[in-house]
Amino acid sequence: MITLSPRSNISFSLTLLTPIIAIFFTLVMGLIIFSFLGYDPLKSLYYFFIAPVSRPDQVAALAVKACPLILIASGLVFCYRSNIWNIGAEGQLVFGAIFSGWLALNFLESNSFLLLPCMMLVAILGGMFWALIPAILKIRFNTNEILVSLMLTYVASLFIDFLVRGPWRDPMSFGFPLTPTYSDAALIDRVYIPFVGYIGQLHYGVFVALFVSVILWFVLMKMLPGFKIRVTGESSSAAIFAGFNPSHVTIMVMCISGGTAGLAGMIEVSANIGQLQPNISFGYGFTAIIVAFLARLNPLAAIPAGLIVALAELGGDSVQISMGMPKVVTGVFKGLLLLSLLAGETFNRYHIKFDFKKGNK
Amino acid sequence: MPHTEVLLSGENITKIFGDFKANDNVNFSISKGEIHALLGENGAGKSTFVKIIYGLLKPDSGNVIWKNEIIEINGPKHARELGIGMVFQHFSLFEALTVLENISLALPEKNQSDDLEKRIEEISNEYGLQIDPKSRVFNLSVGEQQRVEIIRCLLQNPELLIMDEPTSVLTPQEISKLFEVLEKLSKSGCSILFITHKLEEVRSLTSRATILRRGKNVSTVATKDHTAKSFSQMMVGHEINTNKYKKIKIENENLLKINNLSRPAQNQFSVELKDINFSVRGGEILGIAGIAGNGQSELMEALTGEYLSIEADKIVFNGFDISNLKPNERRKHGISFIPEERIGHATVSSFNLSENFYLTDYINDNSSNYGIINTSFNYENASNIVNEYDVRVPHNNPLASSLSGGNLQKFIVGREISRKPKLLVASQPTWGVDVGAALEIRSQIIKIAEQGAIVIIISQDLDEIFLLSDLISVIYNGKLSKQFDKEKVNLEKIGLLMGGSS
Repeated sequence: MITLSPRSNISFSLTLLTPIIAIFFTLVMGLIIFSFLGYDPLKSLYYFFIAPVSRPDQVAALAVKACPLILIASGLVFCYRSNIWNIGAEGQLVFGAIFSGWLALNFLESNSFLLLPCMMLVAILGGMFWALIPAILKIRFNTNEILVSLMLTYVASLFIDFLVRGPWRDPMSFGFPLTPTYSDAALIDRVYIPFVGYIGQLHYGVFVALFVSVILWFVLMKMLPGFKIRVTGESSSAAIFAGFNPSHVTIMVMCISGGTAGLAGMIEVSANIGQLQPNISFGYGFTAIIVAFLARLNPLAAIPAGLIVALAELGGDSVQISMGMPKVVTGVFKGLLLLSLLAGETFNRYHIKFDFKKGNK
Repeated sequence: MPHTEVLLSGENITKIFGDFKANDNVNFSISKGEIHALLGENGAGKSTFVKIIYGLLKPDSGNVIWKNEIIEINGPKHARELGIGMVFQHFSLFEALTVLENISLALPEKNQSDDLEKRIEEISNEYGLQIDPKSRVFNLSVGEQQRVEIIRCLLQNPELLIMDEPTSVLTPQEISKLFEVLEKLSKSGCSILFITHKLEEVRSLTSRATILRRGKNVSTVATKDHTAKSFSQMMVGHEINTNKYKKIKIENENLLKINNLSRPAQNQFSVELKDINFSVRGGEILGIAGIAGNGQSELMEALTGEYLSIEADKIVFNGFDISNLKPNERRKHGISFIPEERIGHATVSSFNLSENFYLTDYINDNSSNYGIINTSFNYENASNIVNEYDVRVPHNNPLASSLSGGNLQKFIVGREISRKPKLLVASQPTWGVDVGAALEIRSQIIKIAEQGAIVIIISQDLDEIFLLSDLISVIYNGKLSKQFDKEKVNLEKIGLLMGGSS
């Protein structure tokens, strides 16, 4: 029989060391898998981990890729901490993009510096709006928020599809499903450093993501609303005993996660795309779920977790392009990386005991 | 010693969990037909020991000897095949099924037969365990459910019956009925291992007692040579001072009035509260006695505000109608609550003590500023409670889960009393708490009553009710009896009310 029993004291240095051990383990496993499949193992690892970050502009690309993941995961942490299973962040992201897109398309001639902050605000509201539907249905009719939020994702992507093919389509787009390009005032600038210039595609939205994740960490760990959320997740009867209203907590966490997802949608469009199109996200809303758990439901840890997952994505693309490795192999390797990180975390918190004595059931 | 033939014995049984010795060289033996008590405080290792005998745990060292043979018990099924039966403290019955179905489910296939119902009736007649095999379990009282468990064991003809705290949920009348059954069983040759911490029972029922303290056995003695007091000394290891329980009666202006409080049943397993009326003054302790499942938790929720009654003026405290206030709003009126469940209700197990202090103190302006938690304030207050109420902690500001039951309860009581409440409502304040901690907790409760607070104790422990209360009411089937003056009512009268007769 194999049993896991919680460790009484968890050492802090071991907590920092665990991901390093996990990554090392993944590398060893990667060496074995790649050589069995007939690829040069060291070269494969190079293209997976080193090549995607070997130039400053590539590091910038990594940060840009991680930006929506960090943002959305920091918000999702609030849901999962309170046992609300919002898995519809993808749809909330799309609605953030739609709401802010509506503003941008109405001010195509504007050059006001207020446009961008207003777009951020309505993007947050848009994400909240889409997240409140499952929240209210759950409170009012006890529906399952997993199903509702997931299904609303498909509604959202069909809705943006309808908008860009129908009412919002640019008449000058030669029939392509695209809206007009946003005015410059509605776009997020790339980061310009004096004497250095631009660093790849690095844009100011990345800093917004970092800032939001720090703020959310503070709210969750140091403030009363975060305390309410954590108590509710740990024990709903303790929350009711304290006088917290579980329905309010549900509304609050859905608003926070919907808001961050909506903001991420707006940043994606305003920083990288510049107009609305049928597909504005590479499944960031779903990938962020993995990031949230990899971060052990801590908004601050969502930053490194988002970077790791982004690296795994970029590394996967890189070996596919450079070495012709099939997508399934890179998928297996990505899975292995995440599994080792989560397993390492588990072994950090639990003893494992093997007991094969006869008759112990 | 009338019993000579040893049925089962344990030699130097040791069981270690992590670095904690739950059983440390325990020696024990029970003879054929003997009723033997296993005594000890919570955490003394009683449960570990019987789990080893019943095959649920394996000893790290030591031998279990059954009928003069060293054996290794592989699991509960093996134990039952050998002839060892066990009735657990928490029953394992399906509430929606009938007695017959429950028994049939638990029996091994070879014991199944068409005349099961007849055999149940035979056994229930033989030992006086009246039960209707066709009734559904959720309709049965706790005492009746226990009978079902006992019959289920007896159908397998055990030679040793282990009973884990069987009396903790019964009325005095039910207890004496149970004892008659056990005595009959013992006369027919079945040995009974009886786990308890109620000392009077040991003297009235058992012939010998083995006392455990911190995993070690203190001694095995003939019960007739000892008194409840000497037993408790052996259990705790030092003398117990019961004088602390003398309460000075004072009266002041604090007043709680409950007017026709009713509450419909939330589901088929919960109890409807019917027209509850009472009033208590400052300085008085009202004890609400009753067997589990008669509406105590429903009443507690109504008093804490976890359940809100819709109508106004149901609960009036010092002239304020608090009927529709949530628990935190009631706390602002100077009311404190100690719920029955320590973990997951009164505290969050994965939070440290200062966060658990904040859990019921966030209404205080000092514990947070503009929503930012004042960590040092909460830490200081939690540490003060730890010092003042003698909470034994493994290190500074530990997680609630790392405290033993008694120490966590002392922390909770300290947290609620340190706010100097004008009304304290406590449900089972010393349930599952060791003797020393129970003593501390009870004297703290008496102290705040002496300072003028109203105290309401909801408890299934009749001894506790009689120790603490000035006034006693009984809750039965969602109805509350009238209040009795403790001095003018006896145990028997209260016991009858608990059983539903008046």
